Amino acid sequence: MRYLPHTDEDVTAMLQAVGLKNLDDLFRPVPAAARRNEPLNLPEPLSEWELTGLIEDLARDMGGDHIRFIGAGSYEHYIPASVQYLLGRSEFVTSYTPYQPEVSQGTLQAIFEYQTLVARLLGLEVANASLYDGASSLAEAILMAVRVTRQTKVAVSKAVHPAYRRVAATYLGPTDYEIIDLPYDKNGGTDLTSVEHIEGLAAVVVQSPNFFGCLEDTASAAVLAHQRNALLIHVFTEPLAFGLYKNPGTLGADIACGEGQSFGLPQSFGGPGVGMFAGLMKYVRNIPGRLVGETADIEGRRGYVLTLATREQHIRREKAVSNICTNASLCALTTAAYMASLGKTGLRALARLNFDKAEYAKARLQEAGCSLVFDRPTFNEFVVRFPKPSKMIHERLKEKGILAGLALEPHFPELPDCFLMCVTETRTREEIDRLAGEVRG
Amino acid sequence: MKELRELVFPDDLRYAEDHEWVRPGDVFRIGISDYAQDQLGDITFVEFPEVGVAFKAGDEVGTLESTKAVSELYLPVGGEIVAVNEVLDDTPGLINSDPYGEGWILEIRPSDPADVNGLMDKDTYVEMLKGLD
Repeated sequence: MRYLPHTDEDVTAMLQAVGLKNLDDLFRPVPAAARRNEPLNLPEPLSEWELTGLIEDLARDMGGDHIRFIGAGSYEHYIPASVQYLLGRSEFVTSYTPYQPEVSQGTLQAIFEYQTLVARLLGLEVANASLYDGASSLAEAILMAVRVTRQTKVAVSKAVHPAYRRVAATYLGPTDYEIIDLPYDKNGGTDLTSVEHIEGLAAVVVQSPNFFGCLEDTASAAVLAHQRNALLIHVFTEPLAFGLYKNPGTLGADIACGEGQSFGLPQSFGGPGVGMFAGLMKYVRNIPGRLVGETADIEGRRGYVLTLATREQHIRREKAVSNICTNASLCALTTAAYMASLGKTGLRALARLNFDKAEYAKARLQEAGCSLVFDRPTFNEFVVRFPKPSKMIHERLKEKGILAGLALEPHFPELPDCFLMCVTETRTREEIDRLAGEVRG
Repeated sequence: MKELRELVFPDDLRYAEDHEWVRPGDVFRIGISDYAQDQLGDITFVEFPEVGVAFKAGDEVGTLESTKAVSELYLPVGGEIVAVNEVLDDTPGLINSDPYGEGWILEIRPSDPADVNGLMDKDTYVEMLKGLD
């Protein structure tokens, strides 16, 4: 995109056209207290070489060179060259909302393949063309459950990613719908005992593996939800777990939603991600976002088109099921290319590798004086309590180039000295041994 | 779309401003008029209310989806839903081909059967449609 700055002459001409003397007149309607009077405090311009050097220094300071044991919703995985190549194809990378079937069969087919792969991965009947990210997917899932059940209360586990819970609360803030927190128990799973006392329940929301890395008893949560005529929403931040563990549909989920970054997207300081979203066919008319369907043209040839668009804003106006009228197409395509590159057996082998390495790290860290905080099964993340003084140990490791997990205390004040560790296939045995060795000191 | 004179409006029905028809009886059978089905075009999906639930006159009780639009179905007379035409799940096009017969949508037990007198007869409804054209 070209950047065309306004010259002083441009500004003067525009001010004259609207009959104002200067820029201050133009901005007068903005209250003085909300206006900045001094210029921005910016450094002098740099050459491209200097700027590259500066950014590289900043990246180093922010842990770019560290050995990272942090996941917490964003995961470091090896990205196959095939995925990067497809992602860079100009047919995909330069097209913006290319939904017209007359000119976009390739993109529409790619979205259809993505939907098919996501539906199979999550064990559900229909997946949409993707949403923005895992957190907004959860918010949309909650609104969908409210529409389907015509109830107003949603029970959300406190072991759902804290950022996701905040986004859901923001979405529901202006509505009459209410979020009820479900506490987690000493084993790191969600305590579901209060569910049966909630009147007007639309959905039960659990994340699995949850924010602590623990597997939830999703099947029991689903039975409880269904007994109350509510839906079970299964959230996830690490879809690779379904290469090894049972998928949401098999466990009884009505909606599965979450983040797809893990599948071939770089972490990039948190984005862009892609919101995966799947559900049961009987609720398809309440699913948010775009859907691509397979059809046949007038000569009987296979083709792809947007379908069930009557759910959406451009037809349904204020009664649309969602205000999302687009998808994260390029990121979705990336995850589809990733899943296709790995295949079913590759996904399983990679998931197993993540699990095994995380279990190895658990054992080494326990030998080094850490304790496991929760005893539920985990995938590639788990919570450890560091020996005291934990913050000093964590800082010392950072100085030695190791990011030893995410401190949980800022998010869960009741968990001091506790760190959420992540071990993916990208961590070597030597790196894990070094982590344990440095913890021991 | 058809000319008004090509459309059919049976004499024994009552009509609402939102183009639903009502056939009075022990229970009231309800559908949409020939004019409404013609305006909507090919109907592809009908969303029904739950049987056993009571609604007031004017409440939204379902949706009709066609290839080009979605319309809400409003209850012309208050009452309890006693039946829905489930045949429409598989063949929603019956609303287009036979709007007063096989294409009926739902039946209610009216809270007050006299409410039907507040609806239009055929001639009044046709006059209203002339005003819309």
